[in-house]
Amino acid sequence: MSTQLNTNKPAAKRFNIKSLLINNSVPLLFLVVCIAGVFISGLPLRFILNEIIVRLARNMFLVLALIIPVIAGMGLNFALVIGAMAGQIGLVFIKIVDVGGLPGFILAIAFSTPFALLFGYGTGKLLNKTKGREMITSLILGFFANGLYQLVFLVFIGTIIPVKNPEIVLSGGIGLKNALDLKFMQYAIDKIFKINFMGIVIPVVPILLIALLCYFLRFIVRTKLGQDFRALGQDIHVAKVSGINTDKVRVIAITISITIAAWGQIIFIQNIGTLNTYASHEQVGMFAIAALLIGGASVTKAKMSNAIIGTILFHTMFIISPIAGNKLFGDAQIGEFFRTFISYGVIGMSLVLHAWQKHMNAKNHEL
Amino acid sequence: MKKLWQNLIDKYGYPKVSITLMLIILCIIAIIQKQDMSGLLKDSMVRMGMNGILVLAMVPCIISGTGLNFGLSLGIICGILAGCISVELNLTGYKAFFTAVFISIPFSVVVGYLYGWLLNRVKGDEMTVGTYLGFSMVSLMSIGWLLMPFKSPEMIWAIGGKGLRTTIALSDRFAKILDNMVAVPLSGHLLPIGTLIFLGFCCTLMWLFLKSKTGVAMTAAGDNPRFAYASGINVNKQRMIGVILSTMLGGIGILVYAQSFGFLQLYQSPLMMPFGAIAAILIGGATAKKAKISHVISGLILFQALLTISLPVINKMMPEGNLSEVIRIIVSNGVILYALTKVGGND
Amino acid sequence: MQTKHVLEMKNIEKDYYGNKVLKGINLSVKAGEIHALVGENGAGKSTLMNIIFGMPVIHSTGGFNGEVLFDEKPVAVKSPKDAMDLGIGMVHQEFMLLPGFTITENIKLNREITKQNALSRIFGPSLKTLDVNEMRKDAQKALDTIGMGVDDWVPIAGLPVGYMQFVEIAREIDKKNIKLLVFDEPTAVLTESEADKLLDSMKKLAAKGIGILFITHRLDEVLAVADSITVMRDGENVGSISPEEATVEKIAQMMVGRKIERLIVKEAEKNKSEEILLSIKDLKVNMPGEKVKGIDLDIKKGEILGIGGLAGQGKIGIANGIMGLHETTGEVYKNGVKLELNNPKRAIINKLAFVSEDRRGVGLLLDTSIEMNIVMTSMQIQDKFLNTVLSFKMKDDKGIRGWADKMVKELDIRCVGPTQYTRRLSGGNQQKVCIARALTLDPDILFVSEPTRGIDIGAKKLVLDLLIKLNKEMGMTIVMTSSELGELRSICDRIAIVYEGKLEGILSPLDSDVDFGLMMAGEYHAHARGAV
Repeated sequence: MSTQLNTNKPAAKRFNIKSLLINNSVPLLFLVVCIAGVFISGLPLRFILNEIIVRLARNMFLVLALIIPVIAGMGLNFALVIGAMAGQIGLVFIKIVDVGGLPGFILAIAFSTPFALLFGYGTGKLLNKTKGREMITSLILGFFANGLYQLVFLVFIGTIIPVKNPEIVLSGGIGLKNALDLKFMQYAIDKIFKINFMGIVIPVVPILLIALLCYFLRFIVRTKLGQDFRALGQDIHVAKVSGINTDKVRVIAITISITIAAWGQIIFIQNIGTLNTYASHEQVGMFAIAALLIGGASVTKAKMSNAIIGTILFHTMFIISPIAGNKLFGDAQIGEFFRTFISYGVIGMSLVLHAWQKHMNAKNHEL
Repeated sequence: MKKLWQNLIDKYGYPKVSITLMLIILCIIAIIQKQDMSGLLKDSMVRMGMNGILVLAMVPCIISGTGLNFGLSLGIICGILAGCISVELNLTGYKAFFTAVFISIPFSVVVGYLYGWLLNRVKGDEMTVGTYLGFSMVSLMSIGWLLMPFKSPEMIWAIGGKGLRTTIALSDRFAKILDNMVAVPLSGHLLPIGTLIFLGFCCTLMWLFLKSKTGVAMTAAGDNPRFAYASGINVNKQRMIGVILSTMLGGIGILVYAQSFGFLQLYQSPLMMPFGAIAAILIGGATAKKAKISHVISGLILFQALLTISLPVINKMMPEGNLSEVIRIIVSNGVILYALTKVGGND
Repeated sequence: MQTKHVLEMKNIEKDYYGNKVLKGINLSVKAGEIHALVGENGAGKSTLMNIIFGMPVIHSTGGFNGEVLFDEKPVAVKSPKDAMDLGIGMVHQEFMLLPGFTITENIKLNREITKQNALSRIFGPSLKTLDVNEMRKDAQKALDTIGMGVDDWVPIAGLPVGYMQFVEIAREIDKKNIKLLVFDEPTAVLTESEADKLLDSMKKLAAKGIGILFITHRLDEVLAVADSITVMRDGENVGSISPEEATVEKIAQMMVGRKIERLIVKEAEKNKSEEILLSIKDLKVNMPGEKVKGIDLDIKKGEILGIGGLAGQGKIGIANGIMGLHETTGEVYKNGVKLELNNPKRAIINKLAFVSEDRRGVGLLLDTSIEMNIVMTSMQIQDKFLNTVLSFKMKDDKGIRGWADKMVKELDIRCVGPTQYTRRLSGGNQQKVCIARALTLDPDILFVSEPTRGIDIGAKKLVLDLLIKLNKEMGMTIVMTSSELGELRSICDRIAIVYEGKLEGILSPLDSDVDFGLMMAGEYHAHARGAV
């Protein structure tokens, strides 16, 4: 999404291959890696394309959830996990009340939303107390929330929250099982309408939902609220002086992000069909952030195109790296470690670049 | 009563007071449950010895002004690598352990230098950068462990004959070497006094270092970089020394940990280790800007005793689920979060 | 017929913790007039502005006494928002602009024109869509009013500084109800032609009936545009003069004039040395907000040299530059030997010592004991207060304690003991710790910047007395930089005045108020006694 309204700047119109390459060096690099990987793995293109579409449909929401906090100057929202937890609360709920299919999906969304709003509000409040350190705080907050989440689902279920269903609860009667079977709502939206285009199956409804979300994000940025986000992203001090209630706007930004993440997690799990109660959410933040960054975003700039390109590249890498690792080193694990390294590494790199730039700016400012 | 509480908070900070209270309550429950108290004491002491130097590693980093060392895993990796080399060299006993320690130091110095160089360029964002640098290096080294040309059959996978194992048993190498150096029996348990002596020795060295000219300069650089600069102190150099020392202690710390634990753990295991060490020193009363040796010691006692005692006590109350692990996650991350809100924002 | 007053302030009094900063100020601005407000730093101008804008700092320190009338009605301005609603605007000295936003977006910041859409009807006005076309029309109109011909849809980043100032003004006049506009030293960052343009547009605005309050220290600008002039000094208004009777000399004298209490009785034979200890040639210092742009100055052995000037003119930069704290070029000779610049360590080794103007930021380790503060620099640079144990240099606790005790006693630092943290000391005692640290270095020249800033009156005198004592009894050469001219004139032997990063001239403390005033305002050479 453009953080700048379209303008008729003459400079932007000049087509310049060199600057195009430099400005998009990260996605281009990964494009090369992916193409090489596709060749090495020797996987059929149709298989890869199908996989990409499936993964795009189920991951896109989570990646798009990151954009608004970036625009509002809060950096990469590592607290995305908290949104995913809210989504899983909704999923656990429909499992308990045993409502499947599309009604189950809608019920899960409805039940998770108030939690997501509440968590978003709390996260926003905390991040207002730690301005300038939002990223490390949201990261640790994610870990912390994971502890609370486990406390609720391991200890409170069966004691404080009366759930008896042996299909869900551990044999001792306390705590949820590690894996919840959600077959009864799998593909709830995926299967509504599918198009088979030359052997490539496209789940239309999730793609439509993604388009709708993109449209919504685009809309938000063009409203008064969006203008406030952008103002904060540029200079929180100036925004404050001009009378914008910066704390409130920040809370709204993070709440929107976390709510989208909650819905995104539900869409994700409806495609997978099983909920790993204590693990499904853990890496949501990391994967989404890595995807966004691979698409060419940074700590201070993110567009929708970054999210889409990044998701495609990142998941192509996901599909091919074990096989490519096996072909190259005779060990599929290397491929797996490689993609973990890429996820962490790309995040680390982008944080370093951001901090470095900030440091240099501060230095130049002083001189 | 309220005033007493307020005074305690002012003096020791929320984390220390609340963790102490939790610990006291757990102890009372443990006594009521008729737990094996001397066993718990021994386990607590083992854990303190194990984790001690990793927590001590936080001190030079905090004091030199680079904040909590979320990238301690870099040092830990150096230590593990040195441990593997020592096994590969087919050493045993003290020789194996101290060779590992000596080998780890040059690795740590080089890695610490690079890490410090980077941190000097990202001032103000050391924690975020450190965290992800640590994460990235742990996953990069995961590939490394698979590819490195180690040959010792004790360490490589039995099948395929390539790549290091996830856990390497040290029972024939240097397991318990410090623990048993001086072991004092107490109602059927052996207290690992040796490791504690080693920890005490390291703490003393650190204490002496902080009283040296360089230590004083480092403290000033961390306390107020602008003051230090105006006093002719090279702030970046002092930060560098702090980071290198911290990385070195991380390497030594993991070897002490491994000897007590009896295994070297590779691959993803160093990933979250810095967090435990950070939580411990924060519980001891340190902040992201101030740390003392006494914070290390009291933090170790409180945090490790809490973890040790909570395990059997909670399991007895609630055998299902892994509640004590949940408590560890909540306490350690909660304490770090609290410290982050206290650093004092840009606003 | 009398034009009505936009703003009237009657008998305004304000104190910060018992320290009176405004002592019954009266000020009135008519609609359509340009009212100039001049005064030295610390005269109370900014406090007055804070009151007009209802800044939180006023209300959190107990409010103020007196009456404020806006549009001839009494008002209580409780927050900057109240001020804005009333129609008071401010053109900031530092630009409050977002670099990535276009000119229009900046002009309309937080006052965007919006239109309804389906979602905003349900979820409230913050989801209204921006009406970019309307916004641009308004912005263009505001820009036209001040005569700035520029595309309203270019981003701020990359615009020349002068343009940014105009965007700020455009933003203020775009506020439909604007009645009073405050310009806080608007020409400080502008080139001469830009400044002229700005003054022109100020006149245009005034002609539209907006009252303008113009704060500046450029006296020629005052004379060029002001319809009335108020001079403030030490929290009082010294007087108002009409531009017809005003001359630069008159204003200068009003700004500065005060009774001088010489603390040193002029002794004819005192420190008569003409030996030059430190010689500064073409010194340029890149210190933010206090740039030095080429100064030549000689410091004589045994004297107290004062460096004065208004804030932002560069006087603070001189000592900071020589001590290596900011990027510096030029040449500095001590006893004829050229010193290495840009290296604090070398400066200290060369027996220069510095007491910083930023006491809490640079001068002290706040959470460290008094004794360690005193010996720190000496220990690190001169290897004093160290014991060698097994070839390791360890700090000498006993030696440190002994020296600290001596300093505490000699400088009369009021504290619980030498191990007390400096954070808990009062400002005056903190300053003494800083001086003690500098003295521990046994310097040949002591640079002291703003030694009495933020210190209460009783302690001020103690600090000044201490400097005199050091100078007289130890023969210490002292270079004192201060914004308080009175303080400089009370203890210095010579006073150098800095204006716009350059040396305007050197005066004797006994020279006339007019001379000081003209020099501070940079008008000395243009106006003063060309004949003399």
